[in-house]
Amino acid sequence: MIPEIGHFALILALLVAIMLGSFPIIGAARGNAVWMGFARPLAHVHFYLIAFSFICLAYAFAAMDYSVAYVANNSNSQLPLQFRIAAVWGGHEGSLLLWALILSIWTVAVSLFSKHIPDDMRARILGVMGLVSVGFLLFMLMASNPFERLIPAVLDGRDLNPLLQDPGMIFHPPMLYMGYVGFSVAFAFAIAALLGGQLDAAWARWSRPWTTLAWVFLTLGIMLGSNWAYYELGWGGWWFWDAVENASFMPWLVGTALIHSLAVTEKRGSFKAWTVLLAICAFSLSLLGTFLVRSGIITSVHAFATDPRRGVFILAFLVIVIGGSLALFAWRAPAIGRGGKFNVVSRESFLLANNVLLAVAALSVLIGTLYPLFLDALGFGKISVGPPYFDAVFAPLMAPALFLMGIGPIARWKNASLPELAKRLRWAFGISIATAIILPLILGNLTPMIGLGLFLAFWIIVTTVYMVSQRLRDSDQALLTRIKAVPRSWWGMVIAHLGIAVFTIGVTIVKGFESEIAVRMVPGDVAHLAGFDFTFEGVKEITGPNYSASKGQLRVTKNGVERTVLSSEKRLYTVTNMPMTEAGISPAFIHDLYASLGEPLSDGAWSVRIYHKPMVEWIWFGCIMMGFGGLLALSDKRYRIKKRAKNLAEINLSKVES
Amino acid sequence: MVIKARHKRFILIGIGLALVGLAAMLILNAFQSNMVFFYTPTQVDKGEVPHNTGFRIGGMVLENSLKRQDDGLTVHFSITDTAKTVPVVYKGVLPDLFKEGKGVVAQGKVGPDGIFMASEVLAKHDENYMPPEAAEALKRAQEQGSTSLVMPK
Repeated sequence: MIPEIGHFALILALLVAIMLGSFPIIGAARGNAVWMGFARPLAHVHFYLIAFSFICLAYAFAAMDYSVAYVANNSNSQLPLQFRIAAVWGGHEGSLLLWALILSIWTVAVSLFSKHIPDDMRARILGVMGLVSVGFLLFMLMASNPFERLIPAVLDGRDLNPLLQDPGMIFHPPMLYMGYVGFSVAFAFAIAALLGGQLDAAWARWSRPWTTLAWVFLTLGIMLGSNWAYYELGWGGWWFWDAVENASFMPWLVGTALIHSLAVTEKRGSFKAWTVLLAICAFSLSLLGTFLVRSGIITSVHAFATDPRRGVFILAFLVIVIGGSLALFAWRAPAIGRGGKFNVVSRESFLLANNVLLAVAALSVLIGTLYPLFLDALGFGKISVGPPYFDAVFAPLMAPALFLMGIGPIARWKNASLPELAKRLRWAFGISIATAIILPLILGNLTPMIGLGLFLAFWIIVTTVYMVSQRLRDSDQALLTRIKAVPRSWWGMVIAHLGIAVFTIGVTIVKGFESEIAVRMVPGDVAHLAGFDFTFEGVKEITGPNYSASKGQLRVTKNGVERTVLSSEKRLYTVTNMPMTEAGISPAFIHDLYASLGEPLSDGAWSVRIYHKPMVEWIWFGCIMMGFGGLLALSDKRYRIKKRAKNLAEINLSKVES
Repeated sequence: MVIKARHKRFILIGIGLALVGLAAMLILNAFQSNMVFFYTPTQVDKGEVPHNTGFRIGGMVLENSLKRQDDGLTVHFSITDTAKTVPVVYKGVLPDLFKEGKGVVAQGKVGPDGIFMASEVLAKHDENYMPPEAAEALKRAQEQGSTSLVMPK
């Protein structure tokens, strides 16, 4: 009975979404305050209905109701409770429901924290989000209903893919979806601005915190996914340029461009049309990501569903959303008006250059991901491009972007002088070059790529330190007071930029200095890697809740002193009969030691892979710094609620100006 | 020298176009040189494959073809599309889901002795799931098998 109630709630949610997508927008067009006023209560009801439906599905999983097809396909009575709950988004239908739930959460959040936005603008924003929801709910009800019954019911479920039975499954997808779907808010703001014809600094200021928040979620979501792949797939890789990863990386690149372009629109009133276009692209790429991952068009680790009918529906949805919004853009963009003028050498043009580089990088990922699919669909055979293509394209595109990151925040708005910048930054340049050459020489491996990577990382760090010292000098006040006097959003930028530097150091060092061996070991054998001795202590048989495993231990010593013990498991999940490797990792600030069991060989021997990964943790720590920087920027005074009255006055002022 | 605002805009647009052109060249060049083509065991047998660059082959691991060398890490097996088989040698740890009689994709080069030297072996993470390349190889072999019944050599 409960699944039927959940299904019914979903149908009601669709009706509410249709109302939300029509009344407020029509009301805004006609200046009807009553119809515009519907937006907020409808957004709340919409959220309650979808949340209720989601709880119904989660209940079916918790209560092991195997008469529901989706539950039977993705769960099993031996599966521990936390994974049974996470299995709600372990497959196609449930992850769409999660998508819809998160969309309704963002919608209700916008309705709660938008009291300072004019009524017609708010009505349009919520209306556009309602329309997006109509698309998703319609898709679920027509092509992939998670509540469909299985008659006759089965005794037990087919279990969740063992690869997904991991704490990563509990946090990574919701976090990533919060980011994906969060760009729908930026998209709704852009469409509302195009519809209403109001696109100014005030609009950018309203849109900015939402976009930053979505970007923070996406950054952390991608980071969790990368970290999960690192320890789960058992061979020490942290990024694979897999189509599914690319699907989340493209919105990130465009979203990063968007938050910078929004900054220019807010501060200088420039880049308006470009900002709107980026907002449309960021959300379109999020939708495309959903399409790529969820239609089964690329069959990879993450794509569990294969059903062409669904693909056609999502494709049609994609065409309507992207085509419609671009058509609206073409129609209304000329009315946006020109922004403030700026010189060829100015902070605006540095930011514009970075924006173009990020957009081109996203385009290169798009080509690398879609072109093989096109060839295949048109019958020209199967090709794959893989990591070498992305590595070859990415380094030359990102190197100038990272270099500009050091200059942009220091250059003046509107009109900067190159000779002056060169003079101010010559020491920073010298220090970065020297460090980038000396450090690899000490570590014993200087290649052009290592030198370049370290140079760019140190360049960002040194220029940032220079910028901070410039900002904090010339005052008699105490240091803490001076730090507090600088807006938090500025500190957010500093920390996020330093996060990029930390990330770059991690990537450069791990790519340049990692080492690995694959050996055949019998108990007592010792393998040597990167100055460490790994003693194989044999394998024990253990039993988990829904698997049996061989657990092998490696004692790690350096110069006879014990450092750590790595234990890796070779699991066999009993329901699906699928083998899985759990790697043994000892993470540390300087380096990770990583071991995974291969296969049992003759005479009690095992094949074992051992990896030495210097500074690999810096990659994820850099991402956490970026996310923290974003959160710090969000806590800035001017976004805080008690300052609303003052903001309103400023906004009205800027309206008069424009 | 006085630069007018109009000229400045032209400079900006010119720089932008040059950069985009450079990026496009870079992307296309990287694309061209990093494409990995896919071939079936039948095509390998006929010699329709590149000799200097690497490529991918897909199919099923032939039953009872898996043999290990004494070092325990070098493995020999054969990939079949049911019409032809290709012997493969690979040094390293095989993926979890590598099994005789199951789908597999290998990337590497053909050596002078006709043995495919794999640098990478891929088997995907679902025991019922067949890698798309492997499925394609079997399908093509079947299609060719049925036409050759109509038109025997």
